[in-house]
Amino acid sequence: MEEIKLLKVLKNNARISLKDLSMILDEEENVIENKIRDLVDRKIISGFHTVINWDKTNNEEVMAMITVDATPERESGYDRIAKHIYSYDEVSTCYLISGQTSFMVIIQGKTMREVADFVAQKLAPIQGVNGTVTQFVLKRYKEDGIILDEEVKSQERMLIMP
Amino acid sequence: MSYENKLSEKVKQIKPSGIRKFFDLASGCPGVISLGVGEPDFDTPWHIREEAIYALEQGNTFYTGNKGLDELRKEVAFYLNRRFNLEYDWNKEIFITVGGSEAIDITMRTLLNPNDEVIIPKPAYVAYEPAVLMSQGKVIDLNLTEESGFKITPEALEAVITDKTKVLLLNYPSNPTGGVMTKEDYEKIVPIIKKYDLIVVSDEIYAELTYENEHCSLANFDEIKDQVILLNGFSKAYSMTGWRVGYIAANQVFIDAMLKIHQFAIICPSTISQYAAISAARDGDSDIERMKESFLQRRNYIVKGLNNLGLTCHSPQGAFYVFPSIAKCGLSSDEFCERLLKEEKVAVVPGTAFGNQGEGFIRISYAYSIEEIKEALSKIESFVKRVLTEKGN
Repeated sequence: MEEIKLLKVLKNNARISLKDLSMILDEEENVIENKIRDLVDRKIISGFHTVINWDKTNNEEVMAMITVDATPERESGYDRIAKHIYSYDEVSTCYLISGQTSFMVIIQGKTMREVADFVAQKLAPIQGVNGTVTQFVLKRYKEDGIILDEEVKSQERMLIMP
Repeated sequence: MSYENKLSEKVKQIKPSGIRKFFDLASGCPGVISLGVGEPDFDTPWHIREEAIYALEQGNTFYTGNKGLDELRKEVAFYLNRRFNLEYDWNKEIFITVGGSEAIDITMRTLLNPNDEVIIPKPAYVAYEPAVLMSQGKVIDLNLTEESGFKITPEALEAVITDKTKVLLLNYPSNPTGGVMTKEDYEKIVPIIKKYDLIVVSDEIYAELTYENEHCSLANFDEIKDQVILLNGFSKAYSMTGWRVGYIAANQVFIDAMLKIHQFAIICPSTISQYAAISAARDGDSDIERMKESFLQRRNYIVKGLNNLGLTCHSPQGAFYVFPSIAKCGLSSDEFCERLLKEEKVAVVPGTAFGNQGEGFIRISYAYSIEEIKEALSKIESFVKRVLTEKGN
């Protein structure tokens, strides 16, 4: 069976049942079950998360996207600095990026003060980090392909059409 | 005064569509889950909608030339070449229509003299027969069978050809059966088309939704290409049903003749829609692939589901319909669909809406989300169980 097809279906619906997967992919349930276990073992599937629109809850957590400029090192390139950054629990996402800076780091904190402290006290002092630019997220419009901004109105189709 | 008497005999002889009756029934029934729609459920991709908004902002709201925008016809020619290996001159051999529906109508009006015979493989899409009758042609049924995968065999085709046969009207992938004709299938009937000088009107509106094989058109056969009038459009491939943009590709003699009707009846399709269609034809290949993949998953799901609940059906190779047999339920197609609607509030279309050959079948559309299909299938399952129990008693 095609791994990519299975992964794409799971990407859109991590809660889909084995039975439904079996029908959609035209494959036996136990084959799919084994395949998913294999993908998890190989860390190709690294988690089953839920897309949550926090803006609709009374959870006051703030989110910030921080670009980090760093100097690569002779032995490890950017990897040692990256590990130093992503090992903090506050960091939910960390990418090495092209362009003017080195890393894109997304962090989640309870308050703006907490985020600011994290940047000033943890992130900026890391050896090899030259500077940071912190951008607070004001509103989430779309996450992981899902539009959060508006109520999805299903357009009415005719009941029966030739 | 009786206004009925004022109507043309041609119009009077056209029967009201069986679908219309069923639509009225379903509309009067609140909370219906429908698997009865012949259009994709995706939003038209944003880059296409955005192009229409831009066209409006630019004030592109005047008539276009009768053949449609030059740029759109060029893109259609590129598209046909890129996707299906077909070569047409964008200026002489292609023009833009108001959806595939206009294309069907004016093709028949252009070709037919009274009593010219048009072979229609059935079950067939509902608009073909009326289009032939309005042009005073005569419909000759070519009965398709489930056993043959609703394909045309050379024997069946040759059996219905007479000295009055002029047109063979095809629709593969097929609404309502989901059947396709492969290159190998066509190879067997090409010599017959050539031998009898048939004109083939090939409605390939579902061409992009061909799953197991590459889509093949009769226009791919050089020896009969000029006998083929190719009808296609943007509705099903890009989820653009409401935009009403289609096109015809054919030899110049046919195109010029059809344009005579088109220019007086239509002038041109909506200018805004034409601009949007340029973006679809030029940049929409990945949209097609994405939607096709989704349809394929739904097809697998529904075919498995129907077979599990005892409505056996082959896996259709194209379009977004399954056409399962309901013979074991002991109900006519009409009874089955009416009772399913009343008892379980699920709307599907009786096979007989597509000709008498559809008796014993129902058409189910899978242009719905997996969740919707799942819910409908469980209701169909309860219904079928109940009907079989009644029958047992």
